[in-house]
Amino acid sequence: MLTFLIRRILYVVPIAIGVTFFVFSLVHLAPGDPLSAVVAGDAPREVVDMLRAAYGFDQPMIVQYLRWVARALSGDLGRSLATGRPVAAEMFAAIGNSVLLAFLAAAIGFTLGAILGGIAGYAQSSWLDKLASLIAILGVSVPHYWLGMVLVILFSVNMNALPAIGIGPAGSAFWLWTRTDWSHAILPAVTLSVIPMGIVTRTVRATVAETLAMEFVQALKAKGLPGHAVLLHVVRNVAPVCLAVMGLQFGYLLGGSILVETVFSWPGTGFLLNDAIFRRDIPMLQGVILVLAMFFVLLNLLVDIVQTLVDPRIRRG
Amino acid sequence: MAAQPPAPAIATSASAATPTRGYWATVGRRLMRDRVTMACALVLALILLAALLAPLIAPHDPFLGRMPRRLRPFGILNSLGMSDNPRAILEHPFGTDELGRDMLTRILYGGRLSLFMGVTPVFNALVIGGLLGIVAGFLGGWVNTLIMRTIDVFYAFPSVLLAIAISGTLGAGIVNAIVSLTVVFIPPIVRVSESVTTSVRTLDYVDAARASGLGTLSILRVHVLRNVFGPIFIYATSLISVSIILASGLSFLGLGVEPPNAEWGLMLNTLRPAIYTRPEVAALPGFAILVTSVCFNLLSDGLRSAMDVRI
Amino acid sequence: MSGAPASGAAVPLLAVEGLKKHFPILGGLLRRPVAWVQAVDGIDFAVAPGETLGVVGESGCGKSTTARLLMHLVAPDAGTVRFGGRAINAPGGIGLSELRRQMQMVFQDSYASLNPRLTVADTIASAPAGHGMKRADAQRLAHDLLARVGLEPALFLRRYPHELSGGQRQRVNIARALALSPRLLILDEAVSALDKSVEAQVLNLLLDLKDDLGLTYIFISHDLNVVQFISDRVMVMYLGRVVEIGPVEAIYAEPAHPYTRALLDSMPAMDPDRRTTEPPLSGDPPNPINPPSGCRFRTRCTFAEAVCTAREPALDTVAGAKFAGHHAACHMARAGSGHSKAPAPGAGGDSANPVTAGARP
Ligand SMILES: Nc1ncnc2c1ncn2[C@@H]1O[C@H](COP(=O)(O)OP(=O)(O)OP(=O)(O)O)[C@@H](O)[C@H]1O
Ligand code: SF4
Ligand SMILES: [Mg+2]
Repeated sequence: MLTFLIRRILYVVPIAIGVTFFVFSLVHLAPGDPLSAVVAGDAPREVVDMLRAAYGFDQPMIVQYLRWVARALSGDLGRSLATGRPVAAEMFAAIGNSVLLAFLAAAIGFTLGAILGGIAGYAQSSWLDKLASLIAILGVSVPHYWLGMVLVILFSVNMNALPAIGIGPAGSAFWLWTRTDWSHAILPAVTLSVIPMGIVTRTVRATVAETLAMEFVQALKAKGLPGHAVLLHVVRNVAPVCLAVMGLQFGYLLGGSILVETVFSWPGTGFLLNDAIFRRDIPMLQGVILVLAMFFVLLNLLVDIVQTLVDPRIRRG
Repeated sequence: MAAQPPAPAIATSASAATPTRGYWATVGRRLMRDRVTMACALVLALILLAALLAPLIAPHDPFLGRMPRRLRPFGILNSLGMSDNPRAILEHPFGTDELGRDMLTRILYGGRLSLFMGVTPVFNALVIGGLLGIVAGFLGGWVNTLIMRTIDVFYAFPSVLLAIAISGTLGAGIVNAIVSLTVVFIPPIVRVSESVTTSVRTLDYVDAARASGLGTLSILRVHVLRNVFGPIFIYATSLISVSIILASGLSFLGLGVEPPNAEWGLMLNTLRPAIYTRPEVAALPGFAILVTSVCFNLLSDGLRSAMDVRI
Repeated sequence: MSGAPASGAAVPLLAVEGLKKHFPILGGLLRRPVAWVQAVDGIDFAVAPGETLGVVGESGCGKSTTARLLMHLVAPDAGTVRFGGRAINAPGGIGLSELRRQMQMVFQDSYASLNPRLTVADTIASAPAGHGMKRADAQRLAHDLLARVGLEPALFLRRYPHELSGGQRQRVNIARALALSPRLLILDEAVSALDKSVEAQVLNLLLDLKDDLGLTYIFISHDLNVVQFISDRVMVMYLGRVVEIGPVEAIYAEPAHPYTRALLDSMPAMDPDRRTTEPPLSGDPPNPINPPSGCRFRTRCTFAEAVCTAREPALDTVAGAKFAGHHAACHMARAGSGHSKAPAPGAGGDSANPVTAGARP
């Protein structure tokens, strides 16, 4: 068990190296000179060379990479080419906003998914099951950026009940825990929640059905054990699987919120990323992607460890 | 599958008594009986046909904008007693977009790029990822380690993030979007192909084939490929729906297809400001994406259960 | 030299010396081998042309691994295998592809050893086709072989494995193995999964085929009745080693090794009067990762003495054996080994076998 934990933790190292290398090489994938975002095309040569040296673009690849990693480790993700401010500072508030949105969406999606999936698994082939499965299919098939638009049409345009954009009253960039702020979060959170809702529903349904079909559960039922005893067994079997799926889904929520954040002008990392892409602000792009990917790597690690601790069937050596 | 050897003359009469059928025949029969799957296949076939025949059946020019006609409402809805000109009803049955282009025409044309950009990355990834995974699974050892550890790095990115990272760096354009989505779908396909191949490789019949002195290539062709293709293919079909949503999503962000081309995600993007004036028109392209994606998902589910036969 | 066939004048068809395979157990942080499973640990035996060598032993003693080593499905760590007097993969020896044409194997699991996507005809024809036979010829061969193993070709050629019964599938496996006209057939638990009546049919088929085609068999099984029925000689394995080998009459009537006797005692006798009640073999076999020192059987042997821990008994001719070519690896079978029940050095051939004496009614 301990060996497994150490192995699993050490395994993050090569992955992290791979991730940093990939993110770093994005600069070189980009067409054109990375400096083109800061200098005009007709700038004098000396100015360009000076800037090139200032940003370190004149060094060999590997030196640039090592420097970049060393700086990133100390929390310095470089400066935005567009605003000149440190990337880390620009990202700070945005990460908080994205995590908040992801938490809200996860709360909605996971709860609904667990309920729908549980019902569907218990009442297999009934109309309830069919309905839940239909909702799940729609959840995983809907283009959520479009769903966001539809919700805005319904609740903001037609009913004028909820605000359509932003995180708070006009221009606000921070979550303030006010009633208005909550009302701003409803539509984006619901929009973002449909995919995990669909996936959790399908997972829970399959696992519940599988557990109920297991011989020992059948035997328990035959022995006339009360419903809640059977339920306990079901939960015990379903929980570890659910946990793993939910962990991954939470990562996807954070990494995949860019479309929803764009639709709702939610000032999170996705919004930042979108800006960076259109300003060709490579350091910003790299910084956001690096942080989100690293977060995802650590989340995967956590899910694996928790799952091993929770699931008695997994005994890894 | 491969052609069956010609049966001896007597076999035909005898096998009529004990009907024998191959795997794909069984799968086909089961699919035909599955009404939901067949309905989805039919809808998808119609969408594909409409997209292919767009130049013949579309009522207007997809690029011709007429500013005086911009953002017309659904002509079909108008017919509910509001219009006094019956011909105008059918002029733009689904209204016009922000530049006055006919929506029905653009939805029909948009299907071409949307389907193409949804299916192509999965196909590419199926070829590349399937090959890598089968090689990794069949050879094992350090080749496996090298391929699978590299794949693990790409697995460290949520798919949307990876697609946007690559597309955002490469810039907008159809080819760039296809490249980035291909990269997104390779890792999961490699994982599935590797695990399926590894489990097939250790089966007795592969050992039996080795024991009868068959070469590596013919073992791979006859015994491994035939048995791993099904599961890998099913998995790939389940990615098409995601791919269509992601491809349109990239266009929606301005990273995929560029104007003035017709593509559902891009149409959704350019029509966004119209949600306040013509919500039904603005939402229409997304509905097309939804229908296509639901059908692909259900089709893939149906295929999975039809191919899940112990044979 | 040990385990030479009884009629050992001619060159043996197959001669094995010092064959060894240890599987690594990976562990620790670096996934390095932390231990080795001594699946097959240096075995010697030979098979004469035309005979049937039965191989018996408890589960996990290395029977299947031996079979796979002979087919070179797993690479041996050490040892030599000679086929028809020619070394394998050595200069002037026999190549792997040639070896696999002359030596074929039938696997235990009749279902898993057939590709579910191939018809019976394609399965049988695939090996000769792979060796360059024309497609039409290979298909005709499949037709003939199917008839040969007792399946009506018209009914079965175009079937898929899932459309066959267990006995029919194993017949197809035998036909597939025969398709390359091998001289030696390894049957690894080939009838173990079949019903008793079907098993008898397939055994008779095997006997017929052997006579008609002049085959040599290595017949692996844990069913001692079946082995007695089909074998000319029997080899008993324990924890990766050969503990006894000899003519079938010698092994069944005069077992020299306590393990062999224990196996025979646990065998469901045909005659109810001879059924023993006490379990002759208690406990599980020891871990093949750390086999006991000295004699590997000593942890379960009722005759174990100090010498058994100190020295490992070699596989050698049984002292006073009534049958030629009867070898056992036990100190009691060796004159002057230091075991109290061993015959005195130079004692005559009429000394009682300590293992059988007084033990069997
Ligand atoms: N590929 C492998 N890797 C590691 N250990 C193995 C491998 N194959 C076999 N072993 C081990 O080698 C030992 C011998 O196995 P083998 O299959 O030869 O036994 P067997 O005599 O055929 O048993 P059975 O009667 O159950 O078929 C066992 O302890 C087994 O666990
Ligand atoms: S050598 Fe000793 S322990 Fe081994 S079988 Fe013979 S008597 Fe028993
Ligand atoms: Mg075995």
